[in-house]
Parts: sequence; C-alpha cells; structure tokens
Amino acid sequence: MAAVDYSRWDPIVGKLGWDIFPFHEPVVLVTFIGVVIGGVAVLGALTYFKLWGYLWKEWFTSIDHKKIGIMYMVLALVMLVRGFADALLMRVQQAWTATGGAGYLEPHHYDQIFTAHGMIMIFFVAMPFVTGLMNFVMPLQIGARDVAFPFLNNFSFWLTTSGAVLVMMSLFIGEFSTAGWLAYPPLSGIQFSPSVGVDYYIWALQIAGIGTTLSGINLIVTIVKMRAPGMAYMKMPVFCWTALCTNILIVATFPILTATLVLLTLDRYLGTHFFTNDLGGNPMMYVNLIWIWGHPEVYILILPIFGVFSEIVSTFSGKRLFGYTSMVYATAVITILSYIVWLHHFFTMGAGASVNSFFGITTMVISIPTGAKMFNWLFTIYKGRIKFELPMYWTLGFMLTFVIGGMSGVMLAVPPADYVLHNSLFLIAHFHNVIIGGVVFGVFAAMTYWFPKAFGFRLAPFWGKVSFWCWLIGFYLAFMPLYVLGLMGVTRRLSQFEGTAYSAYFVVALIGALFVAAGIAAFLIQIAVSIRNREALRDTTGDPWNGRTLEWSTSSPPPYYNFAFTPKVHQIDAWWQMKQAGYERPLDNFEPIHMPRYTSTGIILSGIITVLGFALIWHIWWLAAMTFVVAIAYGIDHTFNYDREYYVQPDEVAGIEGERTRLLAAEVAPK
Amino acid sequence: MRLSKLAPLLAAAPFLSGCNMVVMNPAGDIASQQAELIIYSTILMLIVVLPVMALTVIFAIKYRSSNKDAEYQPDWHHSTSLEIVIWTVPMAIIMCLAGLTWVATHRLDPYSPLERISAEKEIPAGEEPLVIQVVAMDWKWLFIYPEQGVAAVNELAAPVDRPVKFEITSSTVMNSFFVPALAGQIYAMAGMQTELNAVMNEEGVYDGFSSNYSGAGFSHMRFKFHSVDEKGFEDWVAKAQDSEQPLDRTAFLKLDEPSIANPVSYYGSVDPELWNAVINLCVDSNDLCQNDMMMVDALGGGGLEGLQLRDVFAGICSSSNPTGMLTRIRGKREVKKAEGQLEPLSLAAINVSGVLKDLAGSPKAGPESGTQPETDR
Repeated sequence: MAAVDYSRWDPIVGKLGWDIFPFHEPVVLVTFIGVVIGGVAVLGALTYFKLWGYLWKEWFTSIDHKKIGIMYMVLALVMLVRGFADALLMRVQQAWTATGGAGYLEPHHYDQIFTAHGMIMIFFVAMPFVTGLMNFVMPLQIGARDVAFPFLNNFSFWLTTSGAVLVMMSLFIGEFSTAGWLAYPPLSGIQFSPSVGVDYYIWALQIAGIGTTLSGINLIVTIVKMRAPGMAYMKMPVFCWTALCTNILIVATFPILTATLVLLTLDRYLGTHFFTNDLGGNPMMYVNLIWIWGHPEVYILILPIFGVFSEIVSTFSGKRLFGYTSMVYATAVITILSYIVWLHHFFTMGAGASVNSFFGITTMVISIPTGAKMFNWLFTIYKGRIKFELPMYWTLGFMLTFVIGGMSGVMLAVPPADYVLHNSLFLIAHFHNVIIGGVVFGVFAAMTYWFPKAFGFRLAPFWGKVSFWCWLIGFYLAFMPLYVLGLMGVTRRLSQFEGTAYSAYFVVALIGALFVAAGIAAFLIQIAVSIRNREALRDTTGDPWNGRTLEWSTSSPPPYYNFAFTPKVHQIDAWWQMKQAGYERPLDNFEPIHMPRYTSTGIILSGIITVLGFALIWHIWWLAAMTFVVAIAYGIDHTFNYDREYYVQPDEVAGIEGERTRLLAAEVAPK
Repeated sequence: MRLSKLAPLLAAAPFLSGCNMVVMNPAGDIASQQAELIIYSTILMLIVVLPVMALTVIFAIKYRSSNKDAEYQPDWHHSTSLEIVIWTVPMAIIMCLAGLTWVATHRLDPYSPLERISAEKEIPAGEEPLVIQVVAMDWKWLFIYPEQGVAAVNELAAPVDRPVKFEITSSTVMNSFFVPALAGQIYAMAGMQTELNAVMNEEGVYDGFSSNYSGAGFSHMRFKFHSVDEKGFEDWVAKAQDSEQPLDRTAFLKLDEPSIANPVSYYGSVDPELWNAVINLCVDSNDLCQNDMMMVDALGGGGLEGLQLRDVFAGICSSSNPTGMLTRIRGKREVKKAEGQLEPLSLAAINVSGVLKDLAGSPKAGPESGTQPETDR
C-alpha cells in the first residue's frame, strides 16, 4: 500500500495530488474499469437515444412527488448493488481466510469495505427506499395532489443524491473511512484517521442528512395539512400513520446526528477536543449522542415497512385490517419508546447495573407493541381469503423471519447476556435479521405492490418468485451460520482468523450471499422482462389488486394532478367503501387545478453543494468559500422566482379523464 | 409456505451438532450464568414466537383463496377479548423477563466483587481477588500484575477458582476486553478505567481478544488465557520474573508504538507508578497528567496564561496533593480550616492571574517541601 501523505496542503489544490488514485489495488482497478465501461455505455445510450432532454425536463427538474418517489427508489436500487458488492467482497474474504487462505484484501482495504457497506446500506439504500415509498404513496393515500412543499421535495432528493455521489467518489478519489459505519472516536479522530476517509463520511452524511431532515418536515406538514376532506386522523390508512410517526422521528433525531457530526468535524478540522482521548475530550459522549440518533433511526426504517405490510395483508386477505386502533397506538408507542433505549447499544461501556437494567427493560417493552402488530396481521389473515400474489409472499416471509430477529433482539436486551453477545457475529446476524427480514422484504413487497400504480403495468410474477426464494433461502444460509459463529465467540469486523475451526460456517454464509446476489439479479431481470411484456401486463383499471385505499381510485399511472376531484372520505379504507357504495367517476364539470411548476433549482443547488462537500473534504478552502457563497446566493435568488405555479385548465383535465373513461370501457367490453 | 418454515431448521441443523459454542458452554462461573440467561430469555420468548410462526403457516394455508370451505368474514376487524390477549400475554412475558433482567444485571454487574466461585463453591473467607491491570494498545494487550510485579504482552494467566479483578484501560482507541470462556466483555477506553470481576473454574488455555474494532491490526489483537493451578501460576510468574526487561516508562512507550501480531513477551519488574500514568495519559513525562489538568481546571484554570503555565501548575498541584496550590496561595492554616467544607475553597474569589504571574516570576515555582509530585518530571 503506497501511503498517501494526507498532512500535505497546497493553497490551490488542498490535499489533492496525483497519488490519490488507489489503482495500485487490483480490486479497485478492476472495479474502476468496470465502472468506466458501464458508465460510458449508459451515458452513450442516453445520448444516442437523445434521452438527456427528456430526463432533465420530465424527471430531474420534476417536483411531482410520484416522480421524486420513483427517483428515490432508483437511487436506492443503484446503491443496493454497490452496498451488496461490498458485502460479497467481505463474505469472500472471510470464507477465504477462515478456510486457512491468506485472503485477498489487506486490512486497510477490508476496513473501508465494511465501513462503506454499513453506511451505504443504511443511509443510501434503506433510507431512500422508505423515503421514496412515503413520497410516492402517502400523498395519493390522503387524496392530495402533491406534498406541502414540492420544490423542497426535489431539493431534498438531490441532497441525498449528492451525499451518495460523494461516497461513490471516495472509491476512486482518495479513500473511504476505515472507522466503522458509526465512526466512533477516537478512532475517527484526526490522530488515528489522518486520511480524507472520515471527511468523505462526514460530509456525505451531513449533506444527505440535511436532505432527510427537510424531507421529514415536508411530509409531516403534508399529512397534517393536506388530508382529503373527511379524513380524520383515525381514518388515515395505517401506512400514513407510520409515515407520520417516522417523519416525526426524522425531524426529532436527524438534527442530533448533524450536531454530533459537527462536533466531530470541529475535532478534525479545528483541533478541538470534544471526543479525543486527551485535553478533556470524552469519546463516550459521542457514543451516546450517535446512538440517541441511531436507535430511533432503526424505527425510522421499520415503521413505514410495518405500514406497508398492514396495507398488503389487508388487501390480499380481502378483509379490513384487524385492530386498526391498536395498530395506531402500537405505532405511536414505538415512536416514543424508541427514544429511551439507546444505551442498549453499549451496555459494555461500563454503566452501572441500574442504568443498564433500565435501558434493557425499556428495550424489551418495545417488543410488546411490536408483538401486538404481529398478532394484528395474523388476525387480519384469519377468516380472510388470501390471494397468493407476490407481495403476499414477501409478507409471509417477513412474518416468519422477523419474529426470529425479534427474539434474538430481546436476548441482546438482557445486559448480562449482551456482555457475551455484544459485537459478535450474533449481533450482526440479529440486525441483518430485522433489516433484511423486515425492511428489505418490506421494500420488495411494496415495490411489487405499488409498481402497477407507478407505471401502469404489473411486474411479471415468475422472476419475482425466483427473487423471493433466492432472498429467503439466501438470508437463512447467510445469517443462521452467523448466529452460531457468534455463540462460538467470533467477533465482528475480522479479516483474518486463527485456524480453520469456523470454515464451514463462513463457506455456507458465502453461499447464502451468492443466493442473495441471485435474488437481486432476478429482481432486475423481473423489471426488464416486465418492461418488455408491458402490454400484456398492462393495468387499465387503476385498481389491479382490488385495493382499499385512495391511491387505487385513480388511474395507473396517476395523472400528474393525481385526482381530478379531491375525494371525500367517510371511513377507513375510503376506496373500498366507495366501491361498496357504488361510486361513479364524475365525467364532467372539471375545475381548474392548482399545480406547482417544475424547477431546476434543486438539482443545480445540490450540484454546487456537492462541489462544496468535495472542497471541504480535500481542504480546498478557496473553492469551499466560493461554492458556499454561490449556493447561498443561488438559494436567495430562487426565492425571487414568482413563477412557481399554474392552473391546469378544465379542458386538459377533461381530455385526460376522457381517455381514462375510454380505457375503462375497453377493459369492461371485451371480457 | 412449508419450505420457508423449514428453511431455518434445515440451515441450522448441520451446524448445531458438534460445534464448540464457547459462549453457551464456558469455563467460568460468570460466563456460565450469562449463558443461562440466554437460554431463559429464549424459552420465555418462544412462548410467543412459536405460536405466531405456527399460526402464520396454519392461517396462510387454511385461508388461501382456493379453499372455498374456509370461513370468510371480510368485515370482521375487531374483537375486544382478542385485543386484550394480544396485549397482555406479551406484557406478562416481558414483565417476567424484566424482573429477571433487573436481578441478573445487578447480580452480574462486572464492577461488583464476586459472590461465589461457582455454584458449588463459596469464596474462602478473607481471600482478596487477584488484581490484573489490562492495557489495550495498537494492536496488542499488556497485562500488568501489580502484586507480583510482573507484566506480559498478549498472554494472560490466572489460578483456577481464584477471583480476579481486571482493571482495564486503553492507551489508544476504544477496544473491548473479552475472554468468552471467562466472562462477558467490557470496553477499554483511554483515560478511563473499567472493571471486570470474574473467575475461571476449569484449567485450560482459552482465547481472548478485542471485540471492539480498533483499526488495521484488529484481527490480530488476540491472546491466550492460561487457567492454571496455584503451582502453575507461581511457575508462570517466575517465568515472567526471569525476564531481564523492566516495564518502566521507556519500555512502555516503546511497546506502545503501533505493531501487529506481537509475540508473547514478559517484563520481570514493573514501575509501580506506571499504571497511574497510563490512566492519566502521561507516560511520556512531557505530557501533563489528566488528573493534574483537572485539578488545575477545577481551581479556575488560569485562563490563557494557564496554558503557558501548565508546567508550573503541574509541579505544585496534583490529585495526590490537591491543596498544594491553595497552600501556596493562602497559607497552610487557612486551608486546614477549610478542609471538609469545599465551597469556601473555590478560587472564584481569588485573583488567579495575579497569583499566576507571581508564580511565574517566582524562583521557587515548582515542587516544594511536602508536595509530592505525581510524575517524575
């Protein structure tokens, strides 16, 4: 490893130099060549098919919540491939060294990989997935035409992307952090991590985190202010409830992350001593702060997924959700409790027995509302009529898998038991059990469930089933051995092993990871096959699953204004009730619809901020100062843009709605 | 859905037979009790988890849409009695688990002295635990035996059935001291001391390592724990004492430089002041000890001038002689009078910077009689 001297500094280029490209590492070089070829192919194709203008006008500058939601999902899928590639590299290394081999990754490279894997999977896969889902589904479910602050929504998305771009950049320019996905000081401090790795980590998170906070504010206001007439809180779909609670968690916790990272930044850039070993710094403070954000973050991810499963279970059982009220209260209780459990991430830091007991017990208490949710889904299926469509596969896979994760979670919540399980592969197995078995399964369920709504055609089921079984089998093969390894006393983040006692387990785990790889590939094939066969899979009804909530009352894909007339709500499951009551679509007397105008400010501003982040990472102060001033000025300039909205004329609405009437009639006639 | 139900069992079955799960089958009393807790909590959880998994499969099969015989009630969505059951049963289980947690966490608090040697064996009256001081370094472990006056790198030994009190710190980033066969882990942090009380009940050689990631050499931060009889321990100490090398400040600083996969080595004697210096991050005598710095700060710090006058402070004021500076300022009699009531001792009322200037100019600045400096600067 050719060590780069990161203490150098030049007023023009900061810490940059010709030796920052890590191409001497074969793995990075191969990846780089692959990325260049792939990148050139994609860019070439976009240019050849003249898609740049279309993408810019219809997508990048769009402030339509549906398109932003879809862009979030695309970002998450791209980053899922990156994050999973990291996982595969680690599995290969561990299987290799556990069987007595030398491995192919040196620690400095391996440490970057697991740091990037954790950070990317949480911030740039799971977060965009749930944010994208909430963005797409929630306004449709409450009968709104967009979110409360449409421009802010676009800006939030591009800030998240900006963070992702910085993380990806670290692959080829300089290096990434080796300090673990939560960057505990003093390891992440300047003394022990002098390279730009931690700076990439900090600025990518800061920029994406601000995007997340803004998006959280936006979605809360949308739910509070923009529900259709008649939709009282206790008549909202459960997914909207979970979205509300999640966004409250986001707004209340992400500022803590931002502040904590600011303190770490000051330690690294200005030589303060908040978290250092000496001069009064206290690393335990960081560990507390980061988990005060970090634990609610887990519920930020899982709560909307609970909402997704509630919608799916009810739809495919053809039955109203059992125990709606207790579902809502369970969600609210989890929201509140998630704030008072953070210390269970470090029982072993030396707190007293009473403190540890308190946090252990509050953690266990969370399993009560979670268990209630599980029973509610169970009794929704009970006396239902279950259609085994793809989303239902994922849901049942979730119900069987998640309880195992819940069980190991409660074991970890008993402090003395945690003393022997903490930081072991048992812990790794536990949180992958709940994140994959919960969040990932939920996201795939949601994607197959709402895909026809987003694009107007269903996903072809065959490859989806292949994907499901690969994921399910892959998960068990990859993580059940890790539970056992944890009980054998194997700790996390190891790249080398003594002896070969663990070889069988790591080999099985690697096979599991390959199954998951096949699952991801099958999902991508499913999308490609479905696009090719889209005419055969077309949904003209707008309601392919016989749905219950308002998003199914409009066409697939919905018109950009969502609803020609704002729906009126009388009950839970508003669309189901409308269908029961013999609802008829109004066909005339359309009124002008007030809509926001697209703007390129979000993407341009985020582009400038990406450069700002890059300049800060590499200590290029003149560029940082310049981009900072330009970003502020550009933001202020945008406030003088008064051409932000327009009215869709009734003729245009009549044209779009008339086309839908024709399609619906054609659907009924031939059958 | 049958297959998905079987999948975990199929995946787990070949592994559970014949593997050495040290966490579930340890050699030390503390770790054994911790393993028991894992089993109890699992059983309690299974009371809910098994029915949920079984019902999921049964309901999914029974209420499939192709089974037209099954009852279908599309509007059934509430049952007060069921709601009571689904909230109270988990609650009851969690209450049991909470009680268990509270009692076990207090009983197995790593800071409290052991109550027994094993389920069958009491601690002999008057037996004090063996003290072992543990320093996590980049990337090796240093074990100091203050009573025996020896130290070892990457090797630990203790007599079987003798309570051991580990005092743990780090000279670098956070690590976690973990011997799975002995007891649960506890973090090792610089500038701080954590503690672990444990006992090994069987002879043998066991693995120990850091379980909190600490950088490039982390994978090799391993050591062997030799659990031996009294005679074996005396032999081990004698072997260490044979080492010519003393563990003093110089040797410590040399050892402290980052290195990976260090061989086992021994130190025949140990500087008794060393541990205090390690905890206070001042093994290098050019560094101001943390406790001295805290004392200075507690006395008002002296502002910006205090920064330049750290050496002056260090000489007259330390945690072992906390009133050194006050004596200087106020005279011994007044300080004696004020002892026991700390508030009047506050320096807020005193013109610190004036005193500092006075001290800086004074040729007598530095240790004076009766002032025992903590470090040998």
